[in-house]
Amino acid sequence: MPHAAQLPAGAPAILGEVRPASLPRAQLVGHGRGFSWITEKICGIAEEKTPPWWWWCFGVACVIASFTVAGLTYLVSTGVGVWGHRSPVNWAWDIVNFVFWIGIGHAGTLISAILCLLRQKWRTSINRSAEAMTIFAVVCAAIFPVFHLGRIWYSWFLFPLPNSNIVWQNYRSPLEWDVFAVSTYGTVSVLFWYVGMIPDLATFRDRFAAAGRNMRAKIYGVFAMGWRGSARHWSNYEMAYLILAGIAAPLVLSVHTIVSFDFAVSLLPGWHTTIFPPYFVAGAIFSGFGMVLTLALPLRAVYRLEDLITQYHIDCMCKITLATGTMVGYAYAMEFFIAWYGANPYEGFAFINRAFGPYAWAYWIMVTCNVVTPQFFWFKKVRQCTWLVWVLSLFVNCGMWFERFVIIATSLARDFLPSSWGYYSPSVVEIFTFFGTFGVFSVLFLLFIRFCPIMAMAELKAVTPQAIPDAGHAPPGESPHG
Amino acid sequence: MPGTRPPENPPMAEKTYGLIATFDTPGALLRAAERVRDAGYRKWDCISPFPVHGLDAAMGVGRSHVPRFSLAGGITGFCTGMVMIWYMDKFDYALSVGGKPFFSPLFAFPVSYELTILFTAFATIGGMFLVNGLPMHYHPVLKYEHIRRGTSDLFFLVIERADPRYDAENTRALLEGLGGREIAELEG
Repeated sequence: MPHAAQLPAGAPAILGEVRPASLPRAQLVGHGRGFSWITEKICGIAEEKTPPWWWWCFGVACVIASFTVAGLTYLVSTGVGVWGHRSPVNWAWDIVNFVFWIGIGHAGTLISAILCLLRQKWRTSINRSAEAMTIFAVVCAAIFPVFHLGRIWYSWFLFPLPNSNIVWQNYRSPLEWDVFAVSTYGTVSVLFWYVGMIPDLATFRDRFAAAGRNMRAKIYGVFAMGWRGSARHWSNYEMAYLILAGIAAPLVLSVHTIVSFDFAVSLLPGWHTTIFPPYFVAGAIFSGFGMVLTLALPLRAVYRLEDLITQYHIDCMCKITLATGTMVGYAYAMEFFIAWYGANPYEGFAFINRAFGPYAWAYWIMVTCNVVTPQFFWFKKVRQCTWLVWVLSLFVNCGMWFERFVIIATSLARDFLPSSWGYYSPSVVEIFTFFGTFGVFSVLFLLFIRFCPIMAMAELKAVTPQAIPDAGHAPPGESPHG
Repeated sequence: MPGTRPPENPPMAEKTYGLIATFDTPGALLRAAERVRDAGYRKWDCISPFPVHGLDAAMGVGRSHVPRFSLAGGITGFCTGMVMIWYMDKFDYALSVGGKPFFSPLFAFPVSYELTILFTAFATIGGMFLVNGLPMHYHPVLKYEHIRRGTSDLFFLVIERADPRYDAENTRALLEGLGGREIAELEG
């Protein structure tokens, strides 16, 4: 059957058998809301007059973002020495912040790609905002390595563009791999986000046109590409979306793998470990889900989206946070075990130094936030208490920042020669530059809330019970949108 | 009301793109699509606010050709990565770094892998637009006054006049028999 052929290999035959299991299915859209309710709700957010709270938040976010602008301007006009890097720690907050932001982005791709392939239908409520989060996080991440170059007007040297020195990039370096990984990641994330948004932009176009707001109808119309909801288009669209999900899944895994290669390929004790790629990926997803919760819960409260982001969605996100947090905890333990079992005195020292050396405070903050915090999500009572989930998600974000700090700073500050040991402290400029990136992120996210469809309306409609055509006509398969 | 316009008006018929019928539920659309398919129509389409499960089969739409573009993009991307790195680091300006080989598919792999994904993404999206004939901002269907709800909560079925089996009266009767309401002519 042509439709069945579109499903992933091996799936259709068995899905027909498995589906009717009498497990209770969680209602993904509360109160049996219908198609037009979903359209009204999501479009209403962009159509209404800009609420005062938005302006307040936007103003505050702009002020915070200006810290980054000021910090970077000072850095470019003065030199990279305005950051606290001193030998032996020549690489600290910039790479910490870079990995932190990139990691946050990964949950967006996980939700849109991997959960799509796994047919987790609950992703439809949160995938759009999580993808937006990914893109904005990549923007914040990219700031740090580029400005760490100091002379940013040379940053194009990172890319294989012909230059007057004739020399090309060194492709034996993981840092060059990282350039390709992160720029591909950013590009594909934007494409994935945009393609997912086309049908919803068409809805916006039609709604604004109906309301006589022609300027916005035209702008949305240009981006909607003349989408008209044709079934023949949907067929190709769903295939394209499935393929994008299929390639974004290995992409997200490869990006953080390559980010971890930045460290793992070096010979430094504490960095030179084979556990890094899976450990970094788990940590990235952990931190990303922390950030998704941090963003989605206030959004749900402000716009009264309880029927779309239900308790079931929060449960799912909490459970993934719990699972990945526990994996991260396992990785911490395994690193210590291998440091001992590997019998390399330098490696052993690096880890004892991590837990009990000058940065022990950071290490124990990390363990508390990343290993202890998610364990609260075992309890249903905790998962049902929205404000507590939100507070715990902040701890997750905080802990994952410290994880990167611990890995980077402790290993560098105590290198092979005790005579060169040092202690790294960030400068004020560095602190403000990093703090400001939260403003940059918020500015972008607030603009997204205001001007884009914050939830995938077409996908949400497709997972409502009303969307299922009467039995006996449709094949038992599902849309690849999951 | 476009629905009450006499369909046998010859000057109108010349400019007609086809007939459009409205359906309220995905189930009704699906049943109608099966019957239109079985009636032997070729040039017709359904409009829905979301992909209706099983509609492809009900319409007799085959497997999408988009994956061919993806495959071509992926192969191009991988080869681009490998050839680029070989050209730059071995052929054009061989730079010795730490005594490592000038070229090896192993260290060229991560970059080639990323380029595979990058090119696949562009090819998939480009292919999707190409196959769908988008962007197309002016389409006869978009001129229909109620079509705006096709991106919100209503379902439509369009049969084109260009279809060899199209006949203003019979086709209208078919759509009426399928439970379509507000059957209207689309301007060409």
